[in-house]
Amino acid sequence: MATTAPAVPAPSLHEKLLRIWETPPGLFGVLATVDHKKIGKRYLATAFLFLLLGGLEAAVMRAQLARPDQHLLTPEAYNQLFSMHGITMIFLYASPILSGFSNYIWPLILGSRDMAFPRLNAFSYWVFLVSGIFLYSSFLIGQAPDRGWFAYAPMTGSTYSPGLNMDFYALGLILLTISTTVGAINFITTLFRLRAPGMSVNRLPIFVWGTLTTSFSMLFALPALTVACVMLYFDRRFGMHFFDASTGGHPMLWQHLFWIFGHPWVYIIVLPAMGLMSDLIPTFCRRPLVGYTYVALATVATGILGFGVWVHHMFSTGLPAMSTDFFSAASMVISIPSAVAVFAWLATIWHGRPVMRTPFLFAAGFIVLFVIGGVSGVVTAAVPFDWQVTDTYFIVAHLHYVLVGINVFPVIAGFYFWLPKMTGRLLDERLGRWNFWTMFIGFNLGFFPMHIAGLLGMPRRVYTYPAGLGWDTVNLISTIGSYLFAIGVLLFLINVFWSLRRGRVAGPNPWDGPTLEWAVSSPPPAYNFALLPTVGSRHPLWEERLNEPGSRSRITEGPALVEGRETLGVSPLDAQANEVLTMPEDSLYPFFLALSLLVTFYGLLTGAWALAIVGGVLVLVMTVGWLWPSAPVEEASP
Amino acid sequence: MLGFHGVAGSREAVLGWVLLVVAMIVTLVVSLLVLAGAWRGRTSELLPPQRTGGGLRWIVIGGIIVPTVILAAVFVLTMVTQAAVAAPSAPPTVTVQITGHQWWWEVHYLDRSPSRIAVTANEIHIPVGQPVRFELVTGDVIHSFWIPELGGKTDLIPGQRNVMWLEADSAGVYRGQCGEYCGTQHAKMAMSVIAEPAGKFNQWLVLQRQPAAAPPDPDVAAGERVFASSACALCHTVRGTLAGGRLGPDLTHLAGRRTIAAGMLPNTRGNLAGWIANPQALKPGSLMPVVPLRATELLAVVAFLQSLE
Repeated sequence: MATTAPAVPAPSLHEKLLRIWETPPGLFGVLATVDHKKIGKRYLATAFLFLLLGGLEAAVMRAQLARPDQHLLTPEAYNQLFSMHGITMIFLYASPILSGFSNYIWPLILGSRDMAFPRLNAFSYWVFLVSGIFLYSSFLIGQAPDRGWFAYAPMTGSTYSPGLNMDFYALGLILLTISTTVGAINFITTLFRLRAPGMSVNRLPIFVWGTLTTSFSMLFALPALTVACVMLYFDRRFGMHFFDASTGGHPMLWQHLFWIFGHPWVYIIVLPAMGLMSDLIPTFCRRPLVGYTYVALATVATGILGFGVWVHHMFSTGLPAMSTDFFSAASMVISIPSAVAVFAWLATIWHGRPVMRTPFLFAAGFIVLFVIGGVSGVVTAAVPFDWQVTDTYFIVAHLHYVLVGINVFPVIAGFYFWLPKMTGRLLDERLGRWNFWTMFIGFNLGFFPMHIAGLLGMPRRVYTYPAGLGWDTVNLISTIGSYLFAIGVLLFLINVFWSLRRGRVAGPNPWDGPTLEWAVSSPPPAYNFALLPTVGSRHPLWEERLNEPGSRSRITEGPALVEGRETLGVSPLDAQANEVLTMPEDSLYPFFLALSLLVTFYGLLTGAWALAIVGGVLVLVMTVGWLWPSAPVEEASP
Repeated sequence: MLGFHGVAGSREAVLGWVLLVVAMIVTLVVSLLVLAGAWRGRTSELLPPQRTGGGLRWIVIGGIIVPTVILAAVFVLTMVTQAAVAAPSAPPTVTVQITGHQWWWEVHYLDRSPSRIAVTANEIHIPVGQPVRFELVTGDVIHSFWIPELGGKTDLIPGQRNVMWLEADSAGVYRGQCGEYCGTQHAKMAMSVIAEPAGKFNQWLVLQRQPAAAPPDPDVAAGERVFASSACALCHTVRGTLAGGRLGPDLTHLAGRRTIAAGMLPNTRGNLAGWIANPQALKPGSLMPVVPLRATELLAVVAFLQSLE
């Protein structure tokens, strides 16, 4: 089976390509690299660090809520913690961790050598990092955002929030949207231009469909957040009145803008993870995904419908029944594409021969949690019942089943699945099983009782609660369960660090996976593919054995492109090679541009306009330096 | 548990329970399918990949047809419930205006004649078996009015006046709490609804309209003087005295309330004294400042407040 063997290039070619593609060691290399694999790993590590920080915040809150009337935290401290927990998990963990996987995996799975805009890619990471640092620096002066991640006006205005807390929020998120927007543009362009020849859109892995849909959603959803945050900052800093009802503004403007962004965002942080599951489950069921076309369409449909459901966050704001009913219906309809995906996975399991490795365990657990989070979502789409459960712990339970179930579980599955590709070593299976069961049992023990707390009338975002309302036991169980879940996450970390030293050597394709990332060595060389492959089916490494009709993929032969950093450009839909693209060299500009933005934003934060102007000039200088042509621009040949 | 003592709330609760049962069945079925499927075909080694036919029927039936049928039924039930709770069966005879404040509830019993408007705070009396109309406004940020046992929540939003109704079908005291995060002491912004027979309710309402009675003894009179001449009177009104502040709750008939500090503490002599002596210790961030009073003054103020039946 020639096609399933990894492409081991001739030593001379290997050396030649390494010289072209490898980032030089040392500080310059660290700051200047544009290698998507390095950037991807940084995204993963940074986002995981934020997961741990957000988890720590949650652990402190759960200690406070374990018993009624406790005084471990002041109300103000609790309010900062729950706000930062939300901001961290939603913005600094859930989306960037998926960007990390996509960054690392995309060029490999697409059979290319890098992302379309490698420098923009580096810039996207650096801005993500500095926005996280910016947001967390608020703790240093004890003024972390404290109005919730949803930050409803007018409580965020200077009247009711005089400190810098919400300036950190508004500016930190504006900074982050820059990172996310350029990241989305990069993924979209990469998809349409930098695939292996022959990888037409009907041959894309579902994971790619997920990230692609998400990237489009980001481009349409993020402007609403950016504009809302700019308005908030202007209201606070310059005394404008966008959200001030007494002068003709309106607080509902914030809610609409925020949720027009906010609900698509929920799909943004689950669709790539669902896509990952759609590729991982077939690998461990030893067969292609059942209903590929249905699942791909369901992914896109979810992304589009995600823009039509935002008002279901606002059913109790007194909107007329006509509009709430429309959004109620839309919120129910959007569960149909999800049901399609669930039954595609079920069919794949039933028609396959599942192997109980750790990634599959997490995938199976994910399906169950996904369904619980999904049906509790449908329940809350019913307007009259939502009037009762909205803003209670029922919603806290629901959203954690969605976000932990559909993001964290697939992410851990993704690590067990792809980390061997990144490090060359497998994680331990035995510890992996302990890891799964601790997380799964801990999660359900911690979060299922929150449904009940909500039905018993316990509101969200309370720093304490009185005894005697029937909330004591469920809260104690939640705390115990959430700590068990945290132990599960620690087991995962132990497994990762153990595997780096002692893990079994993975080889190029430890799971006998079907897609191109498994055709290169683990870890892959800086240039990814020595000879750029051509794709003939959805499962390049399985097609011989599946005996699929049609053409065959070519993994071990193809153009080498050794004239510099070069890769193939293809036509958007059919993926016909039509250009050799020259990719940029490593550069310090992305790093320094991100740093300049940070300086500017600290100036805006504190009202130190001189600092902001210095930062702004630096931004301009770095941008010009970045775009300065290094060689005369040649006329593009047709 | 949510719902079952209110006419609207009961309908909402029935809808909720039907949905929850359906949700649990769906979860159970899918979970069993995952378990059975994984168990049934399991192997210990990664076998060569194989394409076996079929499976699309799973998606068409399980992923499209069944959910569409269930969701259509759920949506119809939702609409029917929403129509049923949209308006009360009879026009409400009592209209209560609730004004949200950080972190307490101002309550006005509206009347065409301004002199008949009754003002109170944090405890809302309603006649049992009659629909009551609530008009919801806020004095500062967004709050949400919510009595879980009687019905769902409606937000209090600057720049708009939301309207809802509630009807208690049995007498009792129903706890409520702010449903929208509103700042430092959102957790301690509680209230209660006291549903009582119409006769008793009317008596109560008549009393609320009246100013405070004249002090029955010199201790109380001394307390009234302290109250009216200290910072207390800047924020609180006691009708019939010189105290006319508008920032805090109206205390004209405070002694008739069950709790103080927005449902946080039972209304006892000790709690009153402790609350006045140091509200910031009990409810950090509360807008009620520490008013420096000598011990004798504090006790006099407490005696005065306890006289406000």
